[in-house]
Amino acid sequence: MSRGVLELVCPAGTPSALRAAVNAGADTVYCGLRDETNARNFPGLNFSDTELAEAVAYAHQRGAKVMVAINTFAQAGKTAIWARAVDAAAAAGADAIIAADMAVLGRAASQHPDVRLHLSVQAAAGTPEAIRFYAERFGVQRVVLPRILSIPEIKALIGEIDIEVEVFAFGGLCVMTEGRCDLSSYVTGRSPNLDGVCSPPEAVSYSRQDGSRSVALGGLTIDRKAEGQPLGYPTLCKGRFMAGGRTGHLFEDPVSLNTIDVLPQLRDAGVTALKIEGRQRGKAYVEAVTRQFRQAIDGLGQAARPEAPDGGAAGVSLLNTLAEGQRGTVGAYKKTWR
Amino acid sequence: MNPTPISLSLGPLYFNWPSAQLLDFYARIADECPVDRVYLGEIVCGKRGPLTQAAVASAAERLERAGKTVIWSTLISPVNRRERRLTEELVRDGEHVELNDFGGLASRGGAAFTAGPFLNVYNEDTALMLKAMGCTRWCPPVELSLDSIAKIAQLCPGLEIELFGFGRLPLAHSGRCYHARQHKLNRDSCRYVCEQDPDGCRVSTLDGTAFLAFNGVQTLSDGLQLCTETADSLRAAGISALRLSPHSVGMVEVANALRGYLDGASSAVELVETVRASTLPLPLVNGYLGGKAGREWTMA
Repeated sequence: MSRGVLELVCPAGTPSALRAAVNAGADTVYCGLRDETNARNFPGLNFSDTELAEAVAYAHQRGAKVMVAINTFAQAGKTAIWARAVDAAAAAGADAIIAADMAVLGRAASQHPDVRLHLSVQAAAGTPEAIRFYAERFGVQRVVLPRILSIPEIKALIGEIDIEVEVFAFGGLCVMTEGRCDLSSYVTGRSPNLDGVCSPPEAVSYSRQDGSRSVALGGLTIDRKAEGQPLGYPTLCKGRFMAGGRTGHLFEDPVSLNTIDVLPQLRDAGVTALKIEGRQRGKAYVEAVTRQFRQAIDGLGQAARPEAPDGGAAGVSLLNTLAEGQRGTVGAYKKTWR
Repeated sequence: MNPTPISLSLGPLYFNWPSAQLLDFYARIADECPVDRVYLGEIVCGKRGPLTQAAVASAAERLERAGKTVIWSTLISPVNRRERRLTEELVRDGEHVELNDFGGLASRGGAAFTAGPFLNVYNEDTALMLKAMGCTRWCPPVELSLDSIAKIAQLCPGLEIELFGFGRLPLAHSGRCYHARQHKLNRDSCRYVCEQDPDGCRVSTLDGTAFLAFNGVQTLSDGLQLCTETADSLRAAGISALRLSPHSVGMVEVANALRGYLDGASSAVELVETVRASTLPLPLVNGYLGGKAGREWTMA
C-alpha cells in the first residue's frame, strides 16, 4: 500500500480533509461513516455512503487508498447498524475495514472476504497470542498496536506474528489502553466503547472565579488556570487532580504523541505503517501533518539519517504547534514513560 | 417451585496485599463467607505475581477444602514472555479459568471458561461467538446497563451471567503505573509502592471531590458499586450470580448482607445501611446498571 519505506496513514473527518490528505502525500486515508459505528462520533464529522464512495474514487484516481473505521462495539440488539456499515464500506470500494468488535470482524470476514481487515487499536491486542487469535479467527491482515509498547517490544512482537503492524505516529495520546477505559462513562455516561466518544463536548462547562478559570466535565473540575493562561479541552485523563498529598497531572501531562525523531527506529523494528491521529481535527491540521510526515518518510528512503522536515527546527516546531498540548512526547515508545 | 437463588462469587483481588493479609482474608472467606466461587490470581500487574504465589496457592487449597469453587483469573494485559507463558499455562491446565484477554482463548482449546469483565463483549453476536468457543459464564463489562445485559441474555441463551455487584469498579487499564508515577519512579523500578494502598489511592478534583482511585496500572472508581436489584429483577435480566470485588474491610459482612437481601430476608434500605456500616467509608454508586454515568446513585 505504500510509496515509501513506511506507509503513511492519515485521518479524515470530512471529504475535504480526505482530499487534503491525499494531495499532501498520504498513502492511505482513514475515515468513518456518519453514525455510532466509528470512534469519532462527533456532530459535523464523518461521511455519508455517497461521500464515502466519492472519496474512494478520488483517492484511487490519485494512487491512494481508503480505510473505513468501524471501530466501536456494536450495541446489544442493534448489531444490524454495524453490519450495515460493513456492507456500506465494502460497497463503496474501501480498501480495508478497521474494526475491534468480534461481531463486526465476523460480519466483514464472512460477507466480504475480499476486503482487507485491520484490527483497530480499540481491540487492545498487544501480545502475539491475542493478535494471532484475531488473525486466525477473522483473517485480520494488520494490527494497530495499543500505545503501551516500547520500540524494542514492538520489534520483538513483530518477530512473533505473521501480519502487518501499524503504530500511532502523531496526535492525541491515550494514556489508558484504548478499548480498556471507562473513565468517560463513569463521569458522563458516554464512552469510547459504548458511544464512540470520550469526554463528550455536551458534558463540558467553563466557569470563572477569583481571577481563575475552571473547566469541568459532568460538573467535576478537570483543570483550573489563572486568567489568561491557556486552558485545554478537559479530556479526563489529562486533567489536574489531587492524590496522596500531591496535585498535578496524575495520569498524563497534556502532551501529544510525536514520533518524528524515532522514525528510523520504527522502520527498523519492522513496522509497516504509521498512523496519524485526528479525524476530529480540521483540514489544515491534516494537510500540515501529512506534508511533514511525507517529507520525513521520503527522507528515510534516501539517507541513513532522515532529513528533519522543512530543514529542521522549523518543521518540528510546526508539528508541536499542531499538537493539542503544544508539546510532543514519544510516549510508551520509550520505556521510561511507564 | 422456588426460583433458583442468585449465587454470590468473590472476584479476583485487584490490590497488592502482603501474603499474611492475603492468607487471613481468604481463611475468613473460606470459613464465614456465603460465596460459591472465588476467583484467584494476579490480574492487574504481572510484576506482583511472584510475591504472593505461595500464599495464593495455599489460599486456593483452603478455599477448596471449604467447598468453594476456585477459578483462576488471568492477567488483563500480559506484557513479557514470562507473563505470557504463565497465562498460557494457566489457561491450558486450569480446571476453571476466567479469561481477561482474548490472547488466552487459543490455548483453552475449546474447554469451558468464564469471560471476564475486561473482554469487550458488548452484544449478542460477540457473546454467541464466545459461547461457541466454550464460554459458559460471563461477567459483563462494568459499563454495560442491565437493559443491554438482558437483551444479550435473551438473544444468547444458555450463558450464566455474573454481574459486578459490589466494590470499586475497575474502569481503566494502562501501560503506565500511576503508583510509580506518584512516587516519581517508573514501572520497571517501582519498589512495589502500590502495597501502601490496600484499596487503591484516592484521586480528587482540585475542589476536593473524590471520584477515582488508582492501583498500579489500574484506575478504579472512588465509589463502591452496590447492586440493589432484587433477585427477581436480576433473574428477569438473565443474571444468575453477583460478583463481589475484594476490599480490605467488611467483605464477609457485605456478602452476608447481600445474601440476606437476595433471599428476601431484608430490605434494600437495610442492605444499604449494613454495607455503609461495614465497609470502607466511600460513596455508593450504581449508575451504570441504569444506563447512566457510573458514579450516580439511585435507590428504587
